[in-house]
Amino acid sequence: MTSISVLKQREKQIYQKGKQPFEMECETKSLAGAVSQRACVFCGSRVVLYPIADALHLIHGPIGCASYTWDIRGALSSGPELHRMSFSTDLSETDIIYGGEKKLKKALLELIDKYSPKAAFIYCTCIVGIIGDDVDAVCRQVEKETDIPVIPVHSEGFKGTKKDGYKAACDALFSLIERNKAPRVTIPDSINILGEFNIGGETWIIKKYYEAMGVKVVSVITGDGRVDEVMQAGNAALNVVQCSGSVTHLAKQMQEEYGIPYIRVSYFGIEDTSDALYRVAVFFDQNPEMLKKTKELIKKEVQAIIPSLETMKKDLEGKKAAIYVGGAFKAFSMIKALRTLGMEVVLAGSQTGTQEDYEVLRQMCNEGTVILDDSNPLELAKYSVEKDADLFIGGVKERPIAYKMGIGFCDHNHERKIPLVGFEGMVNFAKEVHGTVTSPVWDLVPRRQTPTGKEGVI
Amino acid sequence: MTPSRSHKTTPSYTPTQNACKMCTPLGATLVFQGIEGCVPLLHGSQGCSTYMRRYLISHFKEPVDIASSNFTEETAVFGGGANLKLAIENVARQYSPEMIGIATTCLSETIGDDVPLILNSMGNAIDGTALVHVSTPSYTGTHVDGFHGAVAAVVDRFNPAGKKIVYRPKKKKKINLFPGMLSNEDLRHLKDVFADFHVPVTILPDYSERLEGPSWQEYQAIQKGGTPVSAIEKMNVAVHSMELGSVLGLMAEKGTQTAGTILSKRFGIPCTRLPIPIGVKATDRFLDALSQISGRPVPERYKKEKWRLVDAYVDGNKYVSKKRALIYGEEDFVVSMAGFLAEVGIIPVICASGGKSKTFNQALEAILPETLIDQIVIQNDMDFTCMEETAAGMPENLRPQIIIGNSKGYAMARRLKIPLVRVGFPIHDRVGGSRILHIGYKGAQQLFDNIVNTILTARQTESRVGYSYM
Repeated sequence: MTSISVLKQREKQIYQKGKQPFEMECETKSLAGAVSQRACVFCGSRVVLYPIADALHLIHGPIGCASYTWDIRGALSSGPELHRMSFSTDLSETDIIYGGEKKLKKALLELIDKYSPKAAFIYCTCIVGIIGDDVDAVCRQVEKETDIPVIPVHSEGFKGTKKDGYKAACDALFSLIERNKAPRVTIPDSINILGEFNIGGETWIIKKYYEAMGVKVVSVITGDGRVDEVMQAGNAALNVVQCSGSVTHLAKQMQEEYGIPYIRVSYFGIEDTSDALYRVAVFFDQNPEMLKKTKELIKKEVQAIIPSLETMKKDLEGKKAAIYVGGAFKAFSMIKALRTLGMEVVLAGSQTGTQEDYEVLRQMCNEGTVILDDSNPLELAKYSVEKDADLFIGGVKERPIAYKMGIGFCDHNHERKIPLVGFEGMVNFAKEVHGTVTSPVWDLVPRRQTPTGKEGVI
Repeated sequence: MTPSRSHKTTPSYTPTQNACKMCTPLGATLVFQGIEGCVPLLHGSQGCSTYMRRYLISHFKEPVDIASSNFTEETAVFGGGANLKLAIENVARQYSPEMIGIATTCLSETIGDDVPLILNSMGNAIDGTALVHVSTPSYTGTHVDGFHGAVAAVVDRFNPAGKKIVYRPKKKKKINLFPGMLSNEDLRHLKDVFADFHVPVTILPDYSERLEGPSWQEYQAIQKGGTPVSAIEKMNVAVHSMELGSVLGLMAEKGTQTAGTILSKRFGIPCTRLPIPIGVKATDRFLDALSQISGRPVPERYKKEKWRLVDAYVDGNKYVSKKRALIYGEEDFVVSMAGFLAEVGIIPVICASGGKSKTFNQALEAILPETLIDQIVIQNDMDFTCMEETAAGMPENLRPQIIIGNSKGYAMARRLKIPLVRVGFPIHDRVGGSRILHIGYKGAQQLFDNIVNTILTARQTESRVGYSYM
């Protein structure tokens, strides 16, 4: 593996625990030519708003951005499925020359007429800013004419990183919430679930737990999302934020404007799910019944899954995992969950982690673990092989890197179809991991062959 | 059953809904993946590379690295020259490539970056690695235009006008083949055909090894395989070029610069243009042309394959005759697929493409019998929503009974409750998409079996009895 060298400018974004002082560089633009695994601002906005199933999502720009994000996620809806359509103004050369405003307006009016959405989000792509379309003005006009919220999302791809896209989406969501002119009435024992996208039905699992605890869920932003529901978000007593990277900005806005406090949680793994539910129960401590119910719920759920986890753990004990995620927060839970299964994390990286995130990661990880920020295929391959990983957890773009080197893979991104949150999600996760790690195909791959002469040398 | 022309209308909308096309740079990056030691680099936002990587990986299930010059706000205002240079340097350092293929995006084109000038200032190379540029603004054309544009750009670059013809061996008559956007299995089949003819060939592009290779012992920065640059450099000494694709052929006739026209204009290399060889008739044409160009007879095994195929057509004729199909995808692909369906008796009642060459009709008219043309709806620049509405709006007795195209038509097929046969690119919801063989007698055999069996499965499923014989 000596053949893979690391770019000098990237060295500060790579850290091996115990080998060097910890000065992680992060939250920077990706290095040109480095082949980052990150997407763009537009991607950040698109993923956050995507699950709102009764809204129109119109992408203003040439066709690519819409083509590549059509039905891209496993975010389920219990009702309408407008979010699974791909709408684009499909700008052509003449639009670039003369401007795309007229086409945008016409497209919007046609689509609103045809699909009767509850709101419309207009995503600005790279060239919209360049050609100078006044998207805000078009949105105002159409909102007036159609009487539904028509909200611009300023997600021009080059205007920052995916994180800026999250922020643009949060601004759009807040603007939607602000359109609710009814006086805000705080509902007792109520929460908004933030940063939960109902991949494979995860929202429904979490909601079920809260129902059992006696917590009222006012809105989910944005899993199985509905416009009317999102607009009620101002009436919740607490914001419970998962996937903190994407929607903390919205939670902060709601705290400042409405005085709704927020807590950051994760529903991944036994430890973190229990912790999340407890913390909500503790927040509503004037209702002691809730804490009692929560304890019962957790006890029952944990007891139900332990036997099958223990069985799988026998095969997984001591196996090594590499993880590469979008937001670093997800990695914390994953490390704990993998430990529950007896596994050790040898590589942990994220696209958008902060200095604090990486410090937490460093503390959680064992000596020798490699920590990566905004990594690329070559680095991910280099270190997962050097660390002899048995499993890689990541998204679609990481899968072939793992497979080429004969490493098992588990999708933890938004394209998967299997719910991984909560207690039952932990069993699904364990099954996923167990299935791939114990697959007999690894015995056949070149990397696992007994060295025979020159060919076998790794 | 003579359908009236009245239903030949399709709905028309301002926005595109569920596009049946991708953007121009994607085609260019695929071509660059088909050149040995080449790393594609997109001059634009980070998202373009990442989205296209994801899209291609989901089809090929292989690593697809595409670098980006990663525009920032300042880049968009002051120009992308510095970023592009930095990206080129970093790609060269990280990958030690033999070529870097640079495609533009809507962003870099709109701000007016002069990429040829920037590359010129670098001597069009970095440490001996060639830098090749293709202009692919995503607001013109589709991924197909990006594909053909990149093939032409590469040929242009390595075979400049006035290049001395230093080597034209009489015994080894080499042929240039520009196959268009085919599957890995198609490309492998083409290589077999040329090998069986004992005719040396340079196929551009050839991603069949690179995007479908073995598991590795050591990670490869750039996968093995692809057309060597050294072979592309010798394209000017070939005795003949072949270009596949009916629409591409018509475009070339109308003045579009293709790889074949470049070589014929500069070096007088004749170019034979043929439809993609799907089905008996198109494969006959292809093999006959090859036989004529090379002066060698069609190898025995292909004759055997052909008559086996015709025998299979006979065995299955009753299950497909007069069945109605909806087909879609790249224009050239649809044209050849329509030709194949027509020869087995299936009526391609809707022939749709997201392409906008303006020669789609003409190409279909050339390949289909006149009696059929009157019965079909031909639409280019079409999206899946219009396709679906067109199909749903047809009277029951004229509506398609089978859908043939890439996996992006799945949602439509599911709603229409019409079985889908997956062919072409992309296949995102199945394994083996890149292993589908479409061309040659063998490809037609597999397509035919697949189509007949899909019809039989539907019949069996719908049946109250579920017979265990055909």
